Amino acid sequence: MVALPGSIDAESKQPLVGSRRWAASDEAKGLTLISPTLLYALALLFLPVLIVIAYSFWSQDYLTIDRSFTLENYRVALTEPIYRDLLWRSLTISLVVSVITVSFSYPVAWFISFHGGVHKNLWLFLITVPCWTSYLLRVMSWKVILGYQGVLNTGLMSTGLIDTPVTSLLYNSNAVIITLVHSWAAFAILPIYVSLEKIDRSLIEAAHDLGDNKVWSFLRVTLPLSLPGVISAFLIVMIPTVGDYVTPKLVGGKDGVMIATAIQAQFGKGANWPLGAALSVTTMVIVSAMAGLMVLALKLFVRRIK
Amino acid sequence: MSGRHGIRKSRWLPVYVTAYLAFLYLPILLLPIFSFNNAASTTFPLAGFTTKWYAALWGNTVMLEAARNSLIVGICVSILSTGLAICAARAVTRYKFRGQRATTGLLMAPLFLPEIIVAVSLLMIVLQLGIELSLATVILGQTMFCLPYALSVLISGFDGFDRSLEEASLDLGETAIGTFRRVTLPVVAPAIISSLLVSFTISLDEFILAFFLSGTQPTLPVYIWGQLRFAAKLPSVLALGTLMIALSIILVTTAEILRRRAENRLKAGAAAHG
Repeated sequence: MVALPGSIDAESKQPLVGSRRWAASDEAKGLTLISPTLLYALALLFLPVLIVIAYSFWSQDYLTIDRSFTLENYRVALTEPIYRDLLWRSLTISLVVSVITVSFSYPVAWFISFHGGVHKNLWLFLITVPCWTSYLLRVMSWKVILGYQGVLNTGLMSTGLIDTPVTSLLYNSNAVIITLVHSWAAFAILPIYVSLEKIDRSLIEAAHDLGDNKVWSFLRVTLPLSLPGVISAFLIVMIPTVGDYVTPKLVGGKDGVMIATAIQAQFGKGANWPLGAALSVTTMVIVSAMAGLMVLALKLFVRRIK
Repeated sequence: MSGRHGIRKSRWLPVYVTAYLAFLYLPILLLPIFSFNNAASTTFPLAGFTTKWYAALWGNTVMLEAARNSLIVGICVSILSTGLAICAARAVTRYKFRGQRATTGLLMAPLFLPEIIVAVSLLMIVLQLGIELSLATVILGQTMFCLPYALSVLISGFDGFDRSLEEASLDLGETAIGTFRRVTLPVVAPAIISSLLVSFTISLDEFILAFFLSGTQPTLPVYIWGQLRFAAKLPSVLALGTLMIALSIILVTTAEILRRRAENRLKAGAAAHG
């Protein structure tokens, strides 16, 4: 850090009278400066999440909220077949999507980091551009591509590869998975790329010199060292996808409905806030636990092959 | 073929990366193609060139109203989130204080949360306080959502800033505000503009929060969502979508150019300084 020596200079230049006044310290200045942003985040992120948690232990009778403690909402969320199935499907889809996204993105991050040459920034930019365009529009575009009268079917038919449209493309979990993998690709590539960039290239050379072949030097040197990036990629894909609303709604059909649809319903026509809150909390807790297990499994796997 | 570091480049890897890029760009390239197609359905072979879907947009007052809403929200969100992120980024890069990690963690949290949960929790607090849903509530929510992006752009922009420049200015008798305006600002300006553009782009395209918090004033994505129910409206949505995608790409490209210019300036500054 460049700033560090400078800050010591500045303090020695203006010796403070008596004991160091806290108000003039770096600590106080830093906290004062960040306080507007911090207060904003506390008011509009932290506090709302606390309220959701509180609501999940309350109950609702038509329009009045009963504030006595109950676990009834969690019982419903975890045992009612409809919510249990939706939760299970959402978790499976988010797991599958994160595994596919991370494994398909790793080689691309590797390519940019090791063979991007002077154009690394350009490569990264090209990869991230699609993810800056409207998410809703991209999902809509997948619907257009995969539909019965869609681009893929009519395209294949006009080239003569198939005679009748394939019906199994849209309105199922696979369509949801393809669309989500597409949406999150850039979010997986960036953290992996960053950790690959930090690897000291001479370590890989050393592995080669010591007789490791390409596969072994990758498994024993590159992969373990890039693990932090892989882990953040997993987390940043897995946790948000579990609560995706747009994709299941547009391309999921009846078989691709996910938990977000049920959560949204509790705040719309169904109007049962406590249940909606309990569904949200349950989803968050389970997906975090699952992500934690995933991280643990990855670490163990890497330690084993090392 | 052997690379610089004895890391061999396989022949299939460039092919794979190209295929991957094609997969990424396929959906956003198809929208423009079909928006100029002279047919109401999205089927191959194409039916001929037309601009009638675009022409129809100009007469669509509901759409224009939504576009105006999006513009208002986008401008407010980009200014608010960049302003808040400037404070935070400056605090984080210049001072060391207790709770720094926890604070940055909280500010970055929206990246790691399902958006529906952020939206639902905001909706609850807003309705609880008896605030009516309007563009203002969308602005408040989206500002929160844009903070992590604005913050990462600004932290990387402020990180290499040479503090001795500011100290020199203060020593030479300039006031704190004057120093900020005449010394600090010119150096960090590209990062700030880049953050404004990025936040605006995110706000323009953001759907979930706007869907939950906008009440009776739709932004463009909420308007599009409503149109998707009608198959006949698809071509005009494709035309509108194409314009939005083009705008997003122009904005991010500008932001990237500025960000890189800022980076080079910092590097050059550091090199000149020794």
